[in-house]
Amino acid sequence: MSRAGWLRLLVVSGAVLLLDLACRTGIITPLTMIPPSAMAAALLALIGAGRFTADIVKTLGNVTLACALAVVVGFSFGVLIHAMRRVRRALEPLLASYYAVPFFVFYPLLIVLFGLNDLPIVAIGFLFAVVAMVISTMNGLDRIPPVLLKVGRAHRLGPLRSALLIKLPAAAPYLFTGVKLAVAYAFIGVIAAEFILSGGGIGYAIAYAYNNFDNRTMYALMLLILAVVMAVNLVLHGWEQRLYRRRGGR
Amino acid sequence: MSELVDGSAAAARRASPAGGTRLSQALDLGLLILVILAVWQLAHEWAGDVALTSPLATLDYAGTLLGSARFWPNALETCHALFYALLISALGGLGLGLALGIHRLSGEVAEPILVALYAVPKITLYPLILLIFGLGISAKVAFGAIHGIIPVTIFALGAMRNLQPVHLKTARVMRLTRLQAARTVWLPAALPELVAGLRIAFSLTLLGVLIGEMFASQRGLGFLLMNAISSNDVKTIMAVTLMIATVAVLANAALLALDRRLHRGG
Repeated sequence: MSRAGWLRLLVVSGAVLLLDLACRTGIITPLTMIPPSAMAAALLALIGAGRFTADIVKTLGNVTLACALAVVVGFSFGVLIHAMRRVRRALEPLLASYYAVPFFVFYPLLIVLFGLNDLPIVAIGFLFAVVAMVISTMNGLDRIPPVLLKVGRAHRLGPLRSALLIKLPAAAPYLFTGVKLAVAYAFIGVIAAEFILSGGGIGYAIAYAYNNFDNRTMYALMLLILAVVMAVNLVLHGWEQRLYRRRGGR
Repeated sequence: MSELVDGSAAAARRASPAGGTRLSQALDLGLLILVILAVWQLAHEWAGDVALTSPLATLDYAGTLLGSARFWPNALETCHALFYALLISALGGLGLGLALGIHRLSGEVAEPILVALYAVPKITLYPLILLIFGLGISAKVAFGAIHGIIPVTIFALGAMRNLQPVHLKTARVMRLTRLQAARTVWLPAALPELVAGLRIAFSLTLLGVLIGEMFASQRGLGFLLMNAISSNDVKTIMAVTLMIATVAVLANAALLALDRRLHRGG
């Protein structure tokens, strides 16, 4: 690991240690926050007892589904919109301010559309994630070096082969950034929807624990989400960086 | 770097459209709005009034809401919270970004941490914020600010990283003090990126404030929405959402225009 990497580890673990110390000495009261080590212990106990297994599976399943849909649909739309210049020019300001619309308010509508099940939640996660993928896809297609396209033309590649052999590999790192963002946004959408609207999943369990002053459960579940998201993100980030390096600079 | 956060930042700026006058641009936008309205109308015909009010009815009800007494105190509350959250995000993010960016190693150490924090669903932290700040406007401001401060910091950090070495050298040669260098070199370099970061922060902060109000609040537009959701008052949901979305799109367009101008000038 590089020097910066070691320092980073030091900074993060130092911060956690400091927080733990502040909680244990009573600077931060247990009513506000329990020590991180106690959170981890509570989390292990929770997982061992299996009380929230159903919620965890439900949330992760919803996130996965929302994310997969967002990546497929977002990629297709990105390619389509990229091909139509005028549509794109008109859409761009709307896409850029897309994330300011609070999609949770469409929950009643989505229940009418999909029924009272997990699908409305998946739909909210999808709505959050899809535009990140659309934007990243267009960005990736923009960044294909023109010289590569010229080489393709010189070799008389057909549209399909030029797409598979040149466009896709050249845009791959940017597409991957889109996938990474889609995962993050799908998590945000699904958990937020569970948090304020639904009656199941980790988000709901956290809200329920909050309402019952059950800090141990609440912090354990919060830690679980943070840990899962960080781990997924770390893996994707490493992979993404490798793709960018292979492509040669940015 | 900033692409790690949002691919749209550079893309939106770059897409100064090839060909096409301002008039045809406006025409396209008008057409797009018409298409959206048509889709909305069709969806309304299909789903009915229970789920989705028609565009005209929504606009009409938005007008009624704007004239009603219960709307304004809530809207003002949200605006207040948003303003303070944005102010904290801008100043805090700028300060943090500059401080981390000046020292190369600390920037390198902090950047992945910031990117990881950016991807965390901060909604899970809301109970923590509530426990620290209690119910009320300070919790909303804090929750909005944690959404906004990270993108601004990342962009400011990126601006310092991409500072031309010759500018720094010139500052050293002219023996500028830290304060002078900050005023004449660092800030002007960071300003365009600050605007780009603020543009992303604006949407996120607004969302943060609204979610905060939806989860635990007795005032604000989020509260109004949550109330409407629990009583399935579709008219209010649609009208308030339309107003929020309109304000968000307009603010975003203004910041984007400023962003483009600053980047072209700089």
